[in-house]
Amino acid sequence: MKNTIQQVFHSRKFVTGFSIFMALLLIVFFYPFLIKDDPLAIIGQGNFFPPGIYVNVYDSLHSTTYILNLDDAAVKRIGNTLGDQERQDIKDWLVAYGIPEDQIDIDNTKQLLTQWEENYDPNISVTDMTFARQRYYERIDTSLKGLLSTEGMIIAKTNPQTGVLEQTDTIEQSEYADISEVANIKVLPLGTDNFGRDVLTELVKATGVSLQIGFIAGTIATLIGLFLGLLSGYVGGLMDDIIMFFTNLFTVIPSFVLLILISFSIGQDNRGASTIAVVIGFTSWVWTARAVRSQVISLRNRDHVNLSKLSGHSTFHIIINDILPYIASYVIMALILQISSAILAEASLSILGLGPRTTEIPTLGLMMNWAMIYQAQILGKWWAYFPVIVMIALITFSLNLMNTGLDQVFNPALRD
Amino acid sequence: MADEKKLCLCGSGLTKIYGLGRQKCIAVDHVDFEISECEFVSIVGESGSGKTTLAKMLLGLTKPTEGEIYFQGKKRDISTLRKKKEYWKSIQAIFQDPYSSYNTFNKIDTVLLDCISMRGGRKLPHAKKIDLMEEACSFVNLKFEELTNKYPFELSGGQMQRLMIARIFILKPQILMADEPTSMIDACSRATILDMLMKLRKDIGMTIIFITHDIGLAYYISDCVYIMEHGKIIESGSAEEVILHPKEEYTRRLINDVPKIHEEWDLSSVSYA
Repeated sequence: MKNTIQQVFHSRKFVTGFSIFMALLLIVFFYPFLIKDDPLAIIGQGNFFPPGIYVNVYDSLHSTTYILNLDDAAVKRIGNTLGDQERQDIKDWLVAYGIPEDQIDIDNTKQLLTQWEENYDPNISVTDMTFARQRYYERIDTSLKGLLSTEGMIIAKTNPQTGVLEQTDTIEQSEYADISEVANIKVLPLGTDNFGRDVLTELVKATGVSLQIGFIAGTIATLIGLFLGLLSGYVGGLMDDIIMFFTNLFTVIPSFVLLILISFSIGQDNRGASTIAVVIGFTSWVWTARAVRSQVISLRNRDHVNLSKLSGHSTFHIIINDILPYIASYVIMALILQISSAILAEASLSILGLGPRTTEIPTLGLMMNWAMIYQAQILGKWWAYFPVIVMIALITFSLNLMNTGLDQVFNPALRD
Repeated sequence: MADEKKLCLCGSGLTKIYGLGRQKCIAVDHVDFEISECEFVSIVGESGSGKTTLAKMLLGLTKPTEGEIYFQGKKRDISTLRKKKEYWKSIQAIFQDPYSSYNTFNKIDTVLLDCISMRGGRKLPHAKKIDLMEEACSFVNLKFEELTNKYPFELSGGQMQRLMIARIFILKPQILMADEPTSMIDACSRATILDMLMKLRKDIGMTIIFITHDIGLAYYISDCVYIMEHGKIIESGSAEEVILHPKEEYTRRLINDVPKIHEEWDLSSVSYA
């Protein structure tokens, strides 16, 4: 026994899978202690805020200011404000004015601005330009000049006594605030989702719930499969025929169709995470039962089982002591596969809208479902669904890797 | 056959059929035999002739399709587990492959302790149990101190098979079914094991049913020989009678297939059927 465990932990594949899985488990377990936010608290007004560090503007005005004179500050500021369309329009004007196209680089903000400042004159009318278009270029020019001006911005407040706006402060362009001194900063490494919830916190919680569903469903499926497999394999005869009849019945009906029908008939209000787990467990025991049965049949006629019978042991004793240890490795492997397929089944169900009822707990499938309903994939909001996909892939990858590693240990023909 | 001896195990019309319809396979075909007490009986035949199936039926591990088995003059009754347990107190077995005869997850002590409790010694004090195990091990030239807390796979094939005999020594059954106990073991260990079996037989007056494909071995050790071919017993009688004066062609072939020292091996009559 000890020997086997040692061997298992010498398998590189198993150890890799095991470490990934353990890392995921640790994150799921310890993350709520570090970040105590409610995973489903709606913090953002509006949907799909991109990943980043969010600094409170109001607080940053009130924090200590430092003057830093940086040369490229203005260029960066304008560069950040200028959209791709505006850059393209500026280029179009310059080309129409007569500057060779290969001299204009729209990504080089500094060069583009210099060229614009040197050449633009609102009185010059380049060919084929409507009046509206001319006005548009005048507006671009004005806004660029505004950005380039070195005057500060005035902050005014209404005096509560007189009701008159009074200047309270001026912000110079060279003023900086230390980010660590700003009172309110929110780091959203994966942005927010369609409801304005922190995707990372939600993802960790969802991973936990999905793993729970996987464990419950996998354990139920393995236990049912093991029990029926042992019964039909060891007892044989009529019992075997009856059990195999039902097993074949379940094999023929695709389990996913069964899953959809059962989930639908349970109804939206009654579908909690554990209900879904139980339903998944009760529809996926078939292959375990079949595999256990065939293993037991081949073990049943071995000499050590005969010897155990001759020693007067009861059927129960023989099953526990002479059959189970021999198929234990196989059952553990089946359990691992069942867990990973249960997580996938939950994700598939939820993305169809048949998962656990929404707004109470997140699961990996539900997160994908929400992202899909709000068209994150069309709008290019990758942070709403891509991390979920990566997480599902990581879980199933690590579990399958563990399974392959175990397979190599227990099946010497596969060792490399 | 010696009529004055008490009959121990008889079979009449024993048949075992595996499968149904087209896949039907008759493993044992209407076999009759009578085995007396304290006899050393050999059942000889090539692979697939139904020897092991016959042994399993006699042991009560498989149900005969047809026919009856009489044990000590009465019809054998093993309908319930309790009756089976009673029956197995008087009939035990040694199997062909020592490596697969043991549950590799149980320690050697467990194997012997099971036998002690089967003999009704479950409530014996621990020291007494150890004494019994030591006695059994020393009978088969094994040292219990070296074996205790070891797993069967840590032993050699010969040691495992000797431990099987130690098991029989504790159980002291009336009948021992030895299903090719020496075929997986080298010649030296084979002699030791056979010697031990003979000694055990003399000590406790046990009937031995020895299943083998080695007709030469059967000649040297047995009182009575049954020759099996395709599930039927085709020849039976005392060892001298059957092997020195065979009546059947098949028996002659079996005898001829045994290689002899100091003699050219005649392979002309070998059939590849």
